[in-house]
Amino acid sequence: MYDITIIGAGVIGCNIARELSRYALNICVLERNSDIAEGTTKANSAIVHAGHDAEPSTLKGKFNARGNSMFDKLSEELDFPFKRNGSLVLCFDENERYKLIKLKERGEKNGVPGLEILEREQVLEKEPYVSENVVAALYAPTGGIVCPYEMTIALAENAYTNGVEFYFDNFVEDIEKKNEYFIVKTSNKQIETKIVINAAGLYADKINNMVSKNKITIIPRRGEYCLFDKSVGNMAKCTLFQLPTKLGKGILVTPTVDGNLLIGPNRIEIDDKEDVATTQEGLGEILNKARLTLKEIPMRQLITSFAGLRAHSSEDDFIIGEAEDVKNFINVAGIESPGLSSSPAIAEMVVNIVKYKLNPELNNKFNPIRKGIPKFREMSNEERKELINQDALYGRIICRCETVTEGEIINAIKRPLGARTLDGIKRRTRAGMGRCQSGFCSTKIADILSRELNISRMDIVKNEQASKILIGKNKTL
Amino acid sequence: MLNYDIVIIGGGPAGLAAAIKAKEEGIDNILILERDSVLGGILNQCIHNGFGLHTFKEELTGPEYAQRFIDKVIDMEIPYKLNTMVININSDKTIIAVNEEEGLLEINAKAIVLAMGCRERPRGAINIPGDRGAGIFTAGTAQKFVNIDGLMPGREVVVLGSGDIGLIMARRMTLEGAKVKAVVELMPYSSGLKRNIVQCLDDFNIPLKFSHTVINIKGKYRVEGVTIAKVDKNRKPIKGTEEYIKCDTLLLSVGLIPENELSRNAGIMLSNITGGPIVNESLQTNVEGVFACGNVLHVHDLVDFVTIESYNAGKSAARYIKGQRFSNEGSIKIEAKDGVRYTVPKSINIDNVEKMVQLRFRVSNVYKNSHVSVYFDDIKEIYKKKKILTPGEMETVIITNEMLKKYMDTRKITVRIE
Repeated sequence: MYDITIIGAGVIGCNIARELSRYALNICVLERNSDIAEGTTKANSAIVHAGHDAEPSTLKGKFNARGNSMFDKLSEELDFPFKRNGSLVLCFDENERYKLIKLKERGEKNGVPGLEILEREQVLEKEPYVSENVVAALYAPTGGIVCPYEMTIALAENAYTNGVEFYFDNFVEDIEKKNEYFIVKTSNKQIETKIVINAAGLYADKINNMVSKNKITIIPRRGEYCLFDKSVGNMAKCTLFQLPTKLGKGILVTPTVDGNLLIGPNRIEIDDKEDVATTQEGLGEILNKARLTLKEIPMRQLITSFAGLRAHSSEDDFIIGEAEDVKNFINVAGIESPGLSSSPAIAEMVVNIVKYKLNPELNNKFNPIRKGIPKFREMSNEERKELINQDALYGRIICRCETVTEGEIINAIKRPLGARTLDGIKRRTRAGMGRCQSGFCSTKIADILSRELNISRMDIVKNEQASKILIGKNKTL
Repeated sequence: MLNYDIVIIGGGPAGLAAAIKAKEEGIDNILILERDSVLGGILNQCIHNGFGLHTFKEELTGPEYAQRFIDKVIDMEIPYKLNTMVININSDKTIIAVNEEEGLLEINAKAIVLAMGCRERPRGAINIPGDRGAGIFTAGTAQKFVNIDGLMPGREVVVLGSGDIGLIMARRMTLEGAKVKAVVELMPYSSGLKRNIVQCLDDFNIPLKFSHTVINIKGKYRVEGVTIAKVDKNRKPIKGTEEYIKCDTLLLSVGLIPENELSRNAGIMLSNITGGPIVNESLQTNVEGVFACGNVLHVHDLVDFVTIESYNAGKSAARYIKGQRFSNEGSIKIEAKDGVRYTVPKSINIDNVEKMVQLRFRVSNVYKNSHVSVYFDDIKEIYKKKKILTPGEMETVIITNEMLKKYMDTRKITVRIE
């Protein structure tokens, strides 16, 4: 019998798992995909909002600034990339300036520190690539950028090291409520648990509706993005939002924490929770709208485009708390933007609910520190020498665009909850994320995975079982 | 700190030829740095024939062509390091490289020859919408799997782009048992060699669809099919012409990009047309003593031309070591006009020219029964008839020393199609 079962190994589930691992509890995480961060967490704007957007009366308004303030400590303890680059909400119409002021006031109510209205010249001095048409901007110094999947992997690894069990490829098919516990049936196993935490992202409605009469609906909202080469990563220093106008919410232009330039997202409500395909229209739309923000879009430096789904709830706010009609079933649903930014604060609240219920002792073996994979590309030459001295495989560069070594790839495979797929390697090390988009390194990484996991190269997958890279030997088809 | 007269970055066909020539010119203290585990570069996976017709007057496979140069490098005892990746070049010509055995290497070079080759443009660079499952490969990646590892990346294939690697891979995949359903080309002409269209597609009844492109990829985990459509003059898909082709693999042959990230760090100026360094008649970049050749300079169609160019770069590097300086002072600028996309080199200084300069260029469209003209200021000196000029084939004109002397006061040479 588990004390707690968390459904979903995205940024919410893993934040909660890691916070709960501070206590002497028997915890497991069930994940339908083969790795951490395979859903909404892997494809979003990767920004930590300052917290001025949501109304103070909403949970979004309540958690955003608090979550934001928790990132420094978290990233330090868990060794994932996070940077407070600041954000600007750009206003292009003098008649709309009042909206900036309203936004500032709202932010202040939400507890966002340091908000400031900047005039045109100040904006252009800060951001020389921004369109000359800018009139003013709201500057939020606490706005940040983060790598959402590295963060989530870090949280999961730390939770795992502190005793949380993870089960991948376990799709929850049914939950049965008994008097004092639940039976959770997955595609692979059946477990008993005192508490269920529903952090199932897009499928949180399905999970809730298995046990609660208060039905909820999660609507997938697709957002498309274009990612540009690191050579143009300096075209935005802050995260650049557009002030929402009657034409819509606008799109953002931001540096990523790894130094690329990211443009997106649009917002399309769709029916299919699996549909992360990009579209001609959507990509056109975001690039067009970005032309409002930047003087020029560096199309020759485009390296990839992608789409992610946000889990929008019919209530239009986060749904956090115990289901009214099902004791010990805790929903953490409808976590769309600013979900990533709020995630540490959300976890804090969920942990408080659990503490109240179970009154657990502290886990006296809890270690808050997780050391990430060494990043050869970010090291000084002295550090590099030292690293290669310790392990020669760090002298073997596999991904030439991102300068990722064989040592890093093997580390990614062998560490707790290690990588087993090409995407798993990519998200843990950045191998294959550069300008050639794995053209040169994918064959080598397939070899390394095959060797280290002792599996046939035929069984190497991109992410899920159905995504095999190779189909057979020459002349045997 | 290691010290060398000439360090050659890249042990593919360009780097090998540059090293051999520099050695023949009497420079012994040379080092080739190669990131792969063998010399020869991309030729190792080009197991088809057709290499060396110009250089050796016979048809060799890629590995055979490379081996002739590798053998020579070994015979001449030119030092090289394998599995060694250069991670930085400074404008003062210090190089940081890394390998397993020696760790981090700091190398001081008096001259550098850049010969890093090029990479393939990936799917994202041309923004093909749709799903992002397995089964989307650049043609070169698929070539590595099939020709080096003996493994098939797919069963039913569509190739986007009719660049040479795409054409070659259409044939290879067919020979190895896959079904290539179509080669789809955005432009109304191929960017590959005519002989490859005949030998790789026509001979195997593989349809080549000009003025078409892939507008969607279906298959969340593995490619299930692609939608292609005809495009208009502005290369925009035409509504109503969509056609769905069931396949499990999409190979991309949509352009090659010279790999110049190292050059950029070293302060080397790049052309935004070729993506390669801007060089003078001696193939020297704007950084004195740094030379470039092969696909890192501009993408070639035939390796034979890479070899010739790289001999020249190797020779220039050797002359540089012997004290020759390749100043651009008083150089004649070369302008590409009227259908000529670019020229390599971009300038000529008569003082640096021994006998002649080979001016290489590509055209921007298909031209039939036209002329390649070279003007020295306003005077047309060369007027060469051409039955056909295509963007897929590199063109050469020779500027001789006599011409340069004849037009001593020329300020500009213009190459155009008439």
